[in-house]
Amino acid sequence: MTQVNRLKGGLINHAKPLNFSFDGKSYVGCAGDTLASALLANNVRLMGRSFKYHRPRGPLTAGSEEPNAIVELRTGARQEPNTRATTAELFDGLVANSQNRWPSLAFDAMAINDRFSNFLTAGFYYKTFMWPAAFWEKVYEPIIRKAAGLGSLSMQDDPDAYDKGFLHCDLLIIGAGPTGLAAALTAGRAGANVILADEDYAIGGRLNAETFTLDDAPAPLWIASVLAELNSLPNVRTMSRTTVIGAFDHGVYGAVERVSDHLSTPAPDKPRQVFWRIYTKRSLLCAGAIERPIAFENNDRPGIMLASAIRSYANRWAATPARQIAIFTNNDDGHRTAADLIAKGVKVSAVIDPRTDAPISTNVEVLAGAQVIDTIGRLGVKQLTVQLADGSTRHVHCEALGVSGGWNPNVHISSHHRGRPEWDAQIAAFTPGKDGPQGLSVAGAATGIFSTAGALKSGMKSAVSALKDLDISAKPIKLPKAEDAPVNIKAFWHVNSGKGRAWLDQQNDVTVKDVKLAHQENFRSVEHLKRYTTLGMATDQGKTSNMGGLAIMAELAGKTIPEVGTTIFRPPYTPVSMGALGGRAVGKNFHPFRNSPSHKWATEQGAVFVEVGNWLRAQWFPKQGETHWRQSVDREVIATRKSVGICDVTTLGKIDVQGADAATFLNKVYCNGFAKLAVGKTRYGLMLREDGIVMDDGTAARLAEDHFVVTTTTANAVSVYRHMEFCRQCLWPDLDVQLISTTESWAQFAVAGPNARKLLQKIVDPKFDISNEAFPFMGCGAITVCGGLRSRLFRISFSGELAFEIAVPTRYGDALMRRMMEAGEEFDVVPYGTEALGVMRIEKGHAAGNELNGTCTALNLGMGRMVSKKKDSIGSTLSERTGLNEPDAWVQVGLKPVDPKNAVVAGSHLMNKTGEVSAKTDQGYITSAAYSPILQSSIGLGFLKDGGNRKGEIIRAVNPLKNQEVLLEVVSMHFYDPEGELLRA
Amino acid sequence: MHSLKAITALGGHEAQVDVIHGLTITECPDWAIASVAAQYKAEKPLATAFKKAIGTTLPKPMQSKGKDGITVFWTGPNQYFVEAPFADNEGLADRLAKALKKTASVTEQTDGWVRFDVQGVGCSDVFERLCILDTRGMEKGAVSRTILEHSGCFILCRTHAYFSLYGPRSTAVSIHHGLVTAAKSALG
Repeated sequence: MTQVNRLKGGLINHAKPLNFSFDGKSYVGCAGDTLASALLANNVRLMGRSFKYHRPRGPLTAGSEEPNAIVELRTGARQEPNTRATTAELFDGLVANSQNRWPSLAFDAMAINDRFSNFLTAGFYYKTFMWPAAFWEKVYEPIIRKAAGLGSLSMQDDPDAYDKGFLHCDLLIIGAGPTGLAAALTAGRAGANVILADEDYAIGGRLNAETFTLDDAPAPLWIASVLAELNSLPNVRTMSRTTVIGAFDHGVYGAVERVSDHLSTPAPDKPRQVFWRIYTKRSLLCAGAIERPIAFENNDRPGIMLASAIRSYANRWAATPARQIAIFTNNDDGHRTAADLIAKGVKVSAVIDPRTDAPISTNVEVLAGAQVIDTIGRLGVKQLTVQLADGSTRHVHCEALGVSGGWNPNVHISSHHRGRPEWDAQIAAFTPGKDGPQGLSVAGAATGIFSTAGALKSGMKSAVSALKDLDISAKPIKLPKAEDAPVNIKAFWHVNSGKGRAWLDQQNDVTVKDVKLAHQENFRSVEHLKRYTTLGMATDQGKTSNMGGLAIMAELAGKTIPEVGTTIFRPPYTPVSMGALGGRAVGKNFHPFRNSPSHKWATEQGAVFVEVGNWLRAQWFPKQGETHWRQSVDREVIATRKSVGICDVTTLGKIDVQGADAATFLNKVYCNGFAKLAVGKTRYGLMLREDGIVMDDGTAARLAEDHFVVTTTTANAVSVYRHMEFCRQCLWPDLDVQLISTTESWAQFAVAGPNARKLLQKIVDPKFDISNEAFPFMGCGAITVCGGLRSRLFRISFSGELAFEIAVPTRYGDALMRRMMEAGEEFDVVPYGTEALGVMRIEKGHAAGNELNGTCTALNLGMGRMVSKKKDSIGSTLSERTGLNEPDAWVQVGLKPVDPKNAVVAGSHLMNKTGEVSAKTDQGYITSAAYSPILQSSIGLGFLKDGGNRKGEIIRAVNPLKNQEVLLEVVSMHFYDPEGELLRA
Repeated sequence: MHSLKAITALGGHEAQVDVIHGLTITECPDWAIASVAAQYKAEKPLATAFKKAIGTTLPKPMQSKGKDGITVFWTGPNQYFVEAPFADNEGLADRLAKALKKTASVTEQTDGWVRFDVQGVGCSDVFERLCILDTRGMEKGAVSRTILEHSGCFILCRTHAYFSLYGPRSTAVSIHHGLVTAAKSALG
């Protein structure tokens, strides 16, 4: 028979059965069930094994505060460990498994740990695994991790998508119980932009779990009517299945919306979860309260649960953990559970209440002044040992026990900014302090107002007050008539009897004894207690355990509970999946791609792309028959040097600099002179940081007296633009300079090689003379191409060849590339990628990102004399620092192997030909290396001490990590056309 | 007339249009853009010259203004973008540079950006999954910078159900992917 513990009524759909399995066994639940409620209805109370001792455990709660019923859900790539069965919504086909047990849940071999509990006390790890130190990482930690109660990962990629989003509101209401609903209705009617969020899939909070009436009607009717009105208001957004996980700075809250967790797979194109950042003007915490247990010997057996949880299962989910239940309570609320169970036809063995003045009942035996001192039942509670008021003991038979030690206002989020809760002796609990997050107020049970009438009133008044701060006038709403029972509680934290273990933190297996041991060993600060015993450190954040620990600590220290204080509350309120934090930024969408204007054409050519920042640049263009990248790159270099090649250089940063003081501005930004650069000319420029280190290099082309175009390296396009804006706005705001990036606006191509001009003459409109005489090296100007398209031409060369860079509006870049390739057919034109570009610039001795690495100076680059002393410029003065100008300062040199068969390897360090290899004798390092098909040798660039004076010297390139040593000759860094005759041709 | 054929930011010869659950996402290549930045202490002369040239005053911060199919929107202190139909205004920057001489620096920005128009009642449902901007709170004519798909963008509110998004042209594919993905996720 299935669902033997299923009751009538509740808020589930009895007519809609759902099939699921737990540990391989099939069960049937109902729509509206959680996994825990469905298992309880099927008489399954054993749902997990404890973290350390592998003790059999069942659910303690019916909500997100659950410490015990932690399971693995689903299979395959969607397998999800460490999920609370108490919040996992049941769906048809759900596969759930217990975790942290072997070979089975009922018989777990690791339960042997429980036998050694005297050794495995608090601090066991710290005391035991100290020696030998080398064992920790490779021996101890793997064993401990294996033994500890963690679920397992599928080790497959998560197939689901997660969204991130941003919301804005006047008032965020956290929690949609009676308080939150009253607040939302008040604020919604006032026209405020309201977000009402609740972690539960059913709006209504505690009302869903009680038998209370509102205006003499069942609470669900009132909830439905309020919800209908809220949903009709365009200014109110009600978000169920949405957990507000933390309060962050400036009124920003994080929230996780579980869009598809209740489905076997998300609907097509829909996310599994959404991580929301909610920007609020005001917020109202209506998070209710969490019942706390009482610690007594063997209080962790499956079936021993919070009394309110048993009531929730019975009233909301029509499930009972057993047919015979006892109640152990120190407050009147616990008696409600007994009454509700009896009304549902569940037998209540007894109500054990340590108060001598406990309420009397005609329906159930109340043992006033009594305490539960022990329990029996290996895989589930079977019997209680009760110490009666007169000191005698009595056995009470039951298959479940509801425990209520009172209620703790849920102060978590109100304490996220180190807010300290305040003690309220009336309810024997902490309430939110006055130093919580700015803009946050708290209402209802979260402030210790436990009656429904009080909660409704508190929610309404708090909403009015919060909106008043925003100059939004909200009128009080008519509240329904509701129960208004006073709190009647006598603080009672743990039973002082027996030598066995009484559990405080069931998720981390922390007992009363552990707290006593911590105190004995002088861990007396509440934060030390937490770290030493791990009390409250697990996924439940100690929601059901912290208060018990604090109370015992207070007893031991002879202090009051508020004197002991609480630990710091931190986000997240409940665990957040990594997927939700990552959002859509995973895999190939981890960052955006920037496509160059010729990307489509290059893709058609089969180009191999490389990521340069976010840009995708063609690295080389393989031809049929080429089986190795070197073949492609060598061919591209040789063809370019022999005739002509084309490279898309759009990615280099371009900054438009205009204004009457543009030249003055650049003269300050660059270390070399720009004031006198003639219109129609381009100049290489070196930009220094304030500390004299090179920031970037590039060119500046003067298109008009008051108009320059500055180019930067691809990598530094953004940082140089930012730097220049800083200079413009903050350093020299009185200069007439305007800047704007034009990197994306122009498609720019390098056309290099002896036939570059001939090719371009077929593209550039005839009225423009680009002969060497009319358009010499470093010339620039506006032209037109292909029959009138506006264009810019620059006579600059990175390859060392006769070269131009031609720019057209980006939308025409693709067409220009195709046109140039057609025009170049007669010259055997080739496209070349970044690898060939790199080879040619090394052959030419040009510095690039490898050299401009944030540590080098102009002197290091062999450009010390470029730093003009005739003017002031950024970095000029500090570049004169003694330490940067030692006689043996590193200077960039060329390097080639003595034996041509050897390779120059970038990253290798340079040492003298003989002698010690050490950091002390380090002579420099190799920054760039390539195989030069022109020189038919490996070549490199590097920084070498006193490099300017060591040409011809034989030195060693060493790589101690790989035990490599290669003899190199120091040569000029200008391997190719050192006189620059080709580029001026 | 030159002989080069343009492609759009998404790489096609025609603008891409996606209709997703009633929301239309349209690539809009047919707009010319020029940036206008006031020269030093020339804010007032610029305002006068601009009114004369375009027929509308310069917008206040985070606002736009339109006249005869031309829109000008604020992009920063004393900086603006002017957008106009491409077919008749490919030379917009040159024209403005002449008209605003000695008051502003003008730079062609036409192909620096990709514009996507997002139209439909679900606009804000989509944008709230992409950027921090509160598009629900934007009035007609409002403009703001924001970060979308890690890229600096502008969003213009044409109406409550019609927004224009300007993003860096090179990231068009990524931004388009983000828009389409968010629309499929948030709507329907």
